[in-house]
Amino acid sequence: MIYLENIGRYFLMLKGVFSKMTKWSMLRNLIFKEIDDLIIGSMGIVCFISFFVGGVVAIQTALNINNPLIPKYLVGFATRQSVILEFAPTFISIIMAGKVGSFITSSIGTMRVTEQIDALEVMGVNSLNYLIFPKIIALSLYPFVITIAMFLGILGGWMASIYGGFSTSADFVQGLQIDFIPFHVTYAFVKTFVFSFILATIPSFYGYYMKGGALEVGKASTTAFVWTSVVIILINYLITQLLLT
Amino acid sequence: MDECSYNFDKLPHHTIIIDVMIEVKNIKKSFDGVEILKGISTTFEKGKTNLVIGQSGSGKTVFLKSLLGLFTPEEGSILFDGKDYKTLSDEQKRELRTEMGMVFQGSALFDSMTVSENVMFPLRMFSNQPLSEMQDRVDFVLKRVNLIDAHHKYPAETSGGMQKRVAIARAIVMNPKYLFCDEPNSGLDPRTAIVIDNLIQEITDEYNITTVINTHDMNSVMEIGEKIVFLKDGHKAWEGTNKEIFKTDNKSVTDFVYSSDLFKKVREVYLKELED
Repeated sequence: MIYLENIGRYFLMLKGVFSKMTKWSMLRNLIFKEIDDLIIGSMGIVCFISFFVGGVVAIQTALNINNPLIPKYLVGFATRQSVILEFAPTFISIIMAGKVGSFITSSIGTMRVTEQIDALEVMGVNSLNYLIFPKIIALSLYPFVITIAMFLGILGGWMASIYGGFSTSADFVQGLQIDFIPFHVTYAFVKTFVFSFILATIPSFYGYYMKGGALEVGKASTTAFVWTSVVIILINYLITQLLLT
Repeated sequence: MDECSYNFDKLPHHTIIIDVMIEVKNIKKSFDGVEILKGISTTFEKGKTNLVIGQSGSGKTVFLKSLLGLFTPEEGSILFDGKDYKTLSDEQKRELRTEMGMVFQGSALFDSMTVSENVMFPLRMFSNQPLSEMQDRVDFVLKRVNLIDAHHKYPAETSGGMQKRVAIARAIVMNPKYLFCDEPNSGLDPRTAIVIDNLIQEITDEYNITTVINTHDMNSVMEIGEKIVFLKDGHKAWEGTNKEIFKTDNKSVTDFVYSSDLFKKVREVYLKELED
């Protein structure tokens, strides 16, 4: 029953987010601040993880190809497919649910605990719009992060293959080019765009409606991470079923 | 009062409005089936410092948050200047809220903003004045609450008393009709508490604001309580002035207010002086 109540409250929250817009001059500054916090601030960890996981995918693929009949370019092909289809959009989104999601929940939750949200409401500010809308807009740049993650994942795979002696550069590049379906990139970006909305709104929901003190802020962050991840996985399945079958 | 070049006519709300007051009619509020407010009725007059007192758990904060519109009472109505809050549209409610100033118990300053930005926040949000005029107004109210050199400090870099003064400055920057304060003296030393009390009363008098204060502080009750509402177990148990509270024989009030020997003595001296 509590799940149904939360789903209902989540959609009512979304209605509140898109009503009574904050003054543009204020909103603009908030959006830039959120881009800095949520997008720019996440680049380091995304780049690091993408590069090395791309490398690991290439090595794992190469090590599992024992049959001499399987062409060597398969390493590049498998790396490309893994990185573009799943690793960059989904795996990075799960990481972002932890990094960005817990930041959003704890910052909004702390504002709730310290009555800063009440202060906004008393002033006549639509706190939902003021706090959450800029995060949604900022995270709409999330597909750019995923583009970089795709690039670095493939670059990591290429470097691991070459310098690890698992494949030649020519084989790897051939694998990257073979059977390339541009729609797979579209599919990845459709997923990413939906995930960006989930990343902005579910952690905000748990922060905004939390009750209690500092301990509850921590609990809300954990709950937000769990539910953001669950929803990302479910939506991932749904979009894959809809777009790729 | 300090002189200021600020043009008050450009503010969205003017200070001189006649007979502004808050009327509370039989409000009831429950949480999880537990009735916290059990039918409270009272009025808060314009230009007066109204105090709501009572033991912890008596419903003071719920009462204040109901006045602010943060909680919606299940029954009863709250009228601001004759307008029933419940019947207002969302837009009208937001407009009304811009006429309210609130000083929260923990000050509720925005951590990521400096003192100056905190005070300027309502102006930036609701007025279309040039930045220089907003800055003039911020300088004026900060000077009014005796904060001169704190403009660029963050709330975390200021003391509890300074934070309370910043919160008061932020609450009055829009020239509100109604000022609400939740435990403005909590966590402050006695001297600073008196400074804050006096500041609130001066501001109430100067701007003719309807001020409602939730407090436990008996000094505040004696010093600035032009009207006192005593809540007990969600009921209004007594109301009167700080003069009348000395004379009342209402047991609930005397048990609460004169629980310390010091205040018992103060009361005896006061009553003796009256007889003389």
